[in-house]
Amino acid sequence: MQFTIEIGRYNPEGKYSDAVSREEGYPPPWDKAPPRRYQTYTVDLPEHAVVLDGLIAIREYQDESLAVRCACRSAICGSCAMWINGHAHLACKSKLQEFTKNGKTRVESPPSMPVVRDLVWGMDPFWQKHHAVTPWLEPKQPMPGPREEYRVPNAAMENLIQEVSCISCGCCLMDCESFAINDQFLGPHALAKAYRYAADPRDATVQQRLDHDGHGGGIWDCTHCYECVQQCPKGVAPLDQILKLRKMAVDAGFTKNPGTRHADAFAESVRDSGRLNELTLMPKSTGFFNIVGQLQTLPSAINMLRAGKLPPIVHHKIPGVQRIKTIFQRVGGRFKK
Amino acid sequence: MKVAFYPGCVSKGACPELYVSAKAIAEPLGLELEELTEAPCTGAGVLSEQNPELADSLNGLTLAMAESKGADVMTICSTCQGVLSNHNYHLQRDAARREKVNATIGDQGYRYGGKAKVKHLLWMLFEDIGLDRIRGAIKRKLTGLKIAPFYGCYILRPEEYLGLRERPERKTYLEQLITLVGAEPVEYRGATKCCGFPMLTFNREKSLAMGGSHIVEAKEKGADMLVTPCPLCHLNLDGQQPDAAKVLRKDIGVPIFHLPQLLGLAFGFSPAELRLNHHVVPTASALEKVELKV
Ligand code: SF4
Ligand code: SF4
Ligand code: SF4
Ligand code: SF4
Ligand code: FES
Repeated sequence: MQFTIEIGRYNPEGKYSDAVSREEGYPPPWDKAPPRRYQTYTVDLPEHAVVLDGLIAIREYQDESLAVRCACRSAICGSCAMWINGHAHLACKSKLQEFTKNGKTRVESPPSMPVVRDLVWGMDPFWQKHHAVTPWLEPKQPMPGPREEYRVPNAAMENLIQEVSCISCGCCLMDCESFAINDQFLGPHALAKAYRYAADPRDATVQQRLDHDGHGGGIWDCTHCYECVQQCPKGVAPLDQILKLRKMAVDAGFTKNPGTRHADAFAESVRDSGRLNELTLMPKSTGFFNIVGQLQTLPSAINMLRAGKLPPIVHHKIPGVQRIKTIFQRVGGRFKK
Repeated sequence: MKVAFYPGCVSKGACPELYVSAKAIAEPLGLELEELTEAPCTGAGVLSEQNPELADSLNGLTLAMAESKGADVMTICSTCQGVLSNHNYHLQRDAARREKVNATIGDQGYRYGGKAKVKHLLWMLFEDIGLDRIRGAIKRKLTGLKIAPFYGCYILRPEEYLGLRERPERKTYLEQLITLVGAEPVEYRGATKCCGFPMLTFNREKSLAMGGSHIVEAKEKGADMLVTPCPLCHLNLDGQQPDAAKVLRKDIGVPIFHLPQLLGLAFGFSPAELRLNHHVVPTASALEKVELKV
């Protein structure tokens, strides 16, 4: 079967290949990248062929200058992550046939990452974040003897299986929307890793792992876009792990952050009226005494008021609100009052 | 067709123009809206994250209310759709989880049997109402308008809960609809990205930058306006646009329409009937293209 593959090649003229800086203004980095040079190849492969088969065939028989990184060819090593038709995928797990759109498949390095050459992108941002979360166990128990291991009940580990399947491929980070505008953000895979150790019953440093109050880049900087869940080839669902980490942090008393205030204000409004009260949500989330924060939101509030868009000052309760109150009394946990 | 209408808090709060326009287009679409007036807020994902059992119970109650009416739930918000789809996905498959919900809500007059379907208006247009009916209702072609679609995260991801694996075409409905009303869809990356709303209260500047940069991209690709099926996206893209412009140090000024406003315009309603005069970013520049005034 004939497949056409369009490959984003290294562009020596462009700054594109340098580490991308998100410091000097906001458009996501790809908006500033110089135009890519795309080169088109045609390969003849069986219909079950994957993108990586195509790339290897090109490198072996058509163009030995093409740089591709791969090893296991079976979705285990994580080295072949790249952008295929504009999203992060493993080349060895993506069937050419499924990815052929309008007669071709477009393959390139992720624009959110520094490029080394062609399809080989620099993983420094990925590993920096990885190391920043202390990705190892800090054991509580004394070191076990030479023929023993740290023992742990099976049930306590079941919860971690999802994260443990991570192969460090970087698919999640390269498509993460918070990372795109904020390179301080720890990102999906590192935060999922942080959860993996925070939830490990053998770890002695859980409190430090959960403390994200007051520093940028942590659990509260995720924008909940689900790109990482969508793109992870191993079902790690990083956002789900981040949300568990948020819950653990709040339960452990790390509540001095707008995220927790937001959740509390939200829950209070639903509990008392059955619905969201947008008028008090903003001030409560920013913190009533955070005057600077309040003032920042003022221009928008005025604009909305002028347009006649602010919610009614008298917040109406839904009919049957008693039902909602009863549900909160039963399963509301810390939101009961 | 009778639907259990779930308008969501935002359409009854900061985006009344959405509520009004959704009600307006119901008749030409042949929709009989039975509003779920006693249904609670979905919790917008915030409650699901902090207290999954509570969110299961609240959303289970909504699903049970729709089930007892014998109609599908119709949402008009990507976020409501995402949260309800997520809980429904689990409650339909996991009988134990459903029983837990019923133990909490059972004496409140409702039980959830796992039968309710939840569909955004955008999906219903294609899957239940049908293109013929829509075509028949069009009185005004919006020829000459270039429109950038903006879906909102929760109507696209995660695909599994939203039934997008079985129906991948749901990812193209906005573009199809724009073409159907005679306008031209603008292709740009931002269409499927996040507007930044969930971060607005935690990290205001980044949130504004995120939403703003998608509008700028659409504008650079020639868009006269954006259309979105999500009022939370609308709050960030329209309500916060002047602030986003300051953060990005750019002039933006691109009007953002709600999905029912776009349809309403094509169905011949006047801009005022759709409250197009109640936006933060004036809609006049887009309306001019089809020779209308606010
Ligand atoms: S880690 Fe996995 S891929 Fe690497 S050698 Fe062990 S089994 Fe093989
Ligand atoms: S959900 Fe959060 S971590 Fe995942 S891709 Fe989006 S912003 Fe990044
Ligand atoms: S979480 Fe998934 S996408 Fe992210 S690095 Fe691990 S395996 Fe890759
Ligand atoms: S785009 Fe933004 S507001 Fe809309 S659903 Fe996604 S996160 Fe929410
Ligand atoms: S080559 Fe190892 S994951 Fe693709």
